[in-house]
Amino acid sequence: MDNKLYVSSSPHIQSANSTRRIMLDVIIALLPTTVAACVIFGARVLMLVGVCVASCVLLEYIARKLMKRDTTIGDLSAVVTGLLLALNLPADINPLIAMFGCLVAIVVVKQMFGGIGMNFVNPALAARIVLLVSFPTAMMRYVPAFWYRTGVDAATTATPLKADAGAFSYIDLLLGNCGGAVGEVCAAALLLGGVYLLIRRVISPIIPCVYLGTAAAVSLLIGLDPLYQLLSGGLLLGAIFMATDYTTSPVTRWGKVIYAVGCGVLTMLLRAYSNMPEGVSYSILLMNILVPLIERATSPRPVGYVKEKGEKA
Amino acid sequence: MEKKSYLHEFSKGIVKENPVLCLILGTCPTLAVTTSAVNAIGMGIAATAVLVCSNAVISALRRFIPDKVRIPAFITIIAGFVTVVQMVVRAFSPALNDALGIYLPLIVVNCIILGRAEMYASKHPVLPSILDGLGMGVGFTAALLLMGIIRELLGSGSVFGIELLPVKILIFILPPGGFFVFGMLILIANRLNARAGKRVKSSPCDGCLMSEKCSQRSCEEVSGNVD
Repeated sequence: MDNKLYVSSSPHIQSANSTRRIMLDVIIALLPTTVAACVIFGARVLMLVGVCVASCVLLEYIARKLMKRDTTIGDLSAVVTGLLLALNLPADINPLIAMFGCLVAIVVVKQMFGGIGMNFVNPALAARIVLLVSFPTAMMRYVPAFWYRTGVDAATTATPLKADAGAFSYIDLLLGNCGGAVGEVCAAALLLGGVYLLIRRVISPIIPCVYLGTAAAVSLLIGLDPLYQLLSGGLLLGAIFMATDYTTSPVTRWGKVIYAVGCGVLTMLLRAYSNMPEGVSYSILLMNILVPLIERATSPRPVGYVKEKGEKA
Repeated sequence: MEKKSYLHEFSKGIVKENPVLCLILGTCPTLAVTTSAVNAIGMGIAATAVLVCSNAVISALRRFIPDKVRIPAFITIIAGFVTVVQMVVRAFSPALNDALGIYLPLIVVNCIILGRAEMYASKHPVLPSILDGLGMGVGFTAALLLMGIIRELLGSGSVFGIELLPVKILIFILPPGGFFVFGMLILIANRLNARAGKRVKSSPCDGCLMSEKCSQRSCEEVSGNVD
């Protein structure tokens, strides 16, 4: 009998979106930052990005082969991880240290937990923190912006968060004329990438907006300059590119809000009251771990669902 | 025949029932003191000494200890030997005593020692009990030494204080690195055991210290289960 009735399970609405397309969008959004980093810190940034991307892709390929799973390097997620990790490192980091970071990100955090979509925290962030704990001196040796013009290679500089007040103007921060990890200094380029992601609807505006808003509100409350705080350190990079990672952020709307508020409050508290150089990585990582709990607390109720007696919401 | 079983009593603790890597016991000292190979060996030897002595005494006294108060009795005997070991270490190696810190007196509550007392020594004659304690102790020491060597090599670039590597990946001598190395060693031990076909057990009670003694009802029914 000729069966004309096709029944398939949901979802029924399909779009051309694929992991590969989304990852490509993220890479495009990171391009302004990468270019700005190359201008600010010189060609060695290109080398760093190349090393990180190549080792991430290679390690992902090897790890999948060793685990006898299908190859997933085609979805470009390893490229994004490598690029993000490179943008989180200081410009003159030893490439071997960067490669160790890639090993942590791809093999330990991502593939050991099952590959893309299974990682419990953002791989690039976890790798950054492992490197920060493992090589504190190398990870905090920031070369000044435009060092290659002055010809002084070995000099290091304070990041805007640790510098004296007034050392950097808003314009410096916006254009990246300051020390820091290669991808976090140029706020204008990061914002440009963020706008692209929002227009392409790759990320929802809730997480970055609430994250930045909370951080600004908390810094007002504790007497810091909100605009200076937003533009300095890794806050923009974290809010736009790290906290919005699909795997490690909540899917529900209120979950996103809670998650972003938690990130913002923790970031500012760590910046103001801890002796750590930066609070963004730790706060996002902590909230990553809380995501399953947040999702459970905010899971939507089906239409018409009646609460049973004694059941909690 | 008899001789072969003695050998088995000794060797089972080293590989097949390795207390740290297969039974996952005594994880607290395992993670805490393995930041260097020397500390790991010191801890292993101290725990082995206590384990052998307490196994011997508990086995000798097994007919005199009333069943209902056996745990306090075991703990008292173990605590006595721990005090002796602690005094010896403090007298002959103050540096090791400082390095091990609180974890030396904490051998009292090491679940490997109480576990062997409860599961083995209280039911077997003195000689097999000593061999069992010795085997478990050697297995414990070997696992600790392995972890200590890996963590010291990667974290401090040295083994037994001898510089070998120019790089120091500090995280390996910090707690997260300890958990990571521990997890990797358990993974390798599981793979080796599976490959050798030794992991024939599949009941949920396997690997549980009480499995020989208890009625193998599900563990949730038996409240107040000890570690």
